[in-house]
Amino acid sequence: MRLDELTRGDFPILDRIVNAHRLVYLDSAASSQRPWSVIEAMVQYETTSHANVHRSIHTLGEEATALYEQARDRVQRFIGAASREEVVLTRGTTDGLNLVASALGRTLAAGDEILITELEHHSNIVPWQMAARDRGAHVKAVPVRRDGQLDMDALDRLLGSRTRVVAFAHVSNVLGTILPVAEIAAKARRVGATVVVDGAQAAPHLPLDIAALGCDFYVFSSHKMLGPTGIGVLWGRRAALEALEPTRGGGEMIKEVWIDHARWNDLPWRFEPGTPPIAEAVGLTAAIEYLEKLGMEHVAEHERTLARLAVEQLSVIPGVTVYGPPASVERGAVVAFSVEGLHPHDVAALLDQEGIAVRAGHHCAQPLMHCFGITGTARASFSVYSSPEDISLLAHAVGTLRTRL
Amino acid sequence: MSAAALYSDAIRERWRQPRFRGEVSDATATAEDVNPLCGDRVRMTVRVRDGAVEAVRFTGDSCAICAASADVTAELSQGRQATEAARLSSEEVLTVLGTDVKPTRMRCVTLPISVLQQALKP
Repeated sequence: MRLDELTRGDFPILDRIVNAHRLVYLDSAASSQRPWSVIEAMVQYETTSHANVHRSIHTLGEEATALYEQARDRVQRFIGAASREEVVLTRGTTDGLNLVASALGRTLAAGDEILITELEHHSNIVPWQMAARDRGAHVKAVPVRRDGQLDMDALDRLLGSRTRVVAFAHVSNVLGTILPVAEIAAKARRVGATVVVDGAQAAPHLPLDIAALGCDFYVFSSHKMLGPTGIGVLWGRRAALEALEPTRGGGEMIKEVWIDHARWNDLPWRFEPGTPPIAEAVGLTAAIEYLEKLGMEHVAEHERTLARLAVEQLSVIPGVTVYGPPASVERGAVVAFSVEGLHPHDVAALLDQEGIAVRAGHHCAQPLMHCFGITGTARASFSVYSSPEDISLLAHAVGTLRTRL
Repeated sequence: MSAAALYSDAIRERWRQPRFRGEVSDATATAEDVNPLCGDRVRMTVRVRDGAVEAVRFTGDSCAICAASADVTAELSQGRQATEAARLSSEEVLTVLGTDVKPTRMRCVTLPISVLQQALKP
């Protein structure tokens, strides 16, 4: 049975009628939908067990703490982390990247270099600019080739003794390019750089084996992997996390506090000041359980098929340009495209009239748009519930767009 | 899906055949801004003489709503006193466009208006 046939009934929102059409949701890379099991787990928590975590010595406090910490264990297993201490729960990918960038930023000296790539999301660009600006360091970027792949020769040329950090996406949120993480990480480590990977578009779609990737930090969000908004994961190699000085203080992240100083708590709580998103952690656990039940190998295979179908069907439409790797090359669950003579927002608005939800704009990747000489694209993206029929409906609608405005 | 359903006739007509696209010769002021949501860019050149807006033209890369709004913004402000043109409202522009827009597209309408206001700042 196809994955979408297996899962469709689990996602209540997919019954929505939008503009008199059944919803065709092709914006999962922005935020995926949630299955009943996630919604119900959160309602169950809110209605039976909510209290603050870690310091509430009563029944509800014990239950809430156990549920919150259970999320950490599920994440650890899901990504293959060596220990639960390596799993920091954040507010999302952006939050995780800011945490790492601000903490690593403090260790930079004038003239140091942070190496990113041209295909990064703004959340893996701007925090590094801020970190660099404060220390007189520089942000450099590895160019992206027209076929959507990273220019690996340029990477070799750009890596040097001043390179302190190499930060890049596992999967491009626009081109769908899957970057060779292990290869880049190995090169970066050879010059002694810390390796930070933005896994926002990978964790929901590919089986992860963190240890095999060879990076120091890996971040992702819950809401792109069937879970709720407001929570995400920062995984750090233990030694890398231990070397990081916390940049945010508050309750929970300390062992002892005096008026003029404090002693930090153990990992991972050292990086989790304040009351965390508890119901969201419960939702994340349920989302991971749902994905594990399907099997990430199956998820990846399903979405690979959809991406290939979308590239094939869209690229033969006159006036349509598809960006990123060709259909023959494996890519993530996103396909960006443009329609000659139509602005991406008008494309999205026209498709919405048929109940088809796609993203349009620069996808928070303006430097990449500059590389391709465009202001934006439309983008279709997929999840476990997306179907070949969704792709056909999209391709058919896109095929008639140019006559419609 | 019918062509008329998405955008008003006025939007489509202004987008296809703008009347005020271009650059003003002897411009006395220029302003440019982007829509952070989509990266759309609108640039306006104006010529103000004796407190009156003599000419306005726009250029830019934008969606149909934004382009149509820029065209109408230029048309409505031309000939007005600069202080009055600077108070041009989105309601006025939408009236000419013969439509209402969803909140997510409102910035497409207001971007050209705010660029004009920037250009007209004393």
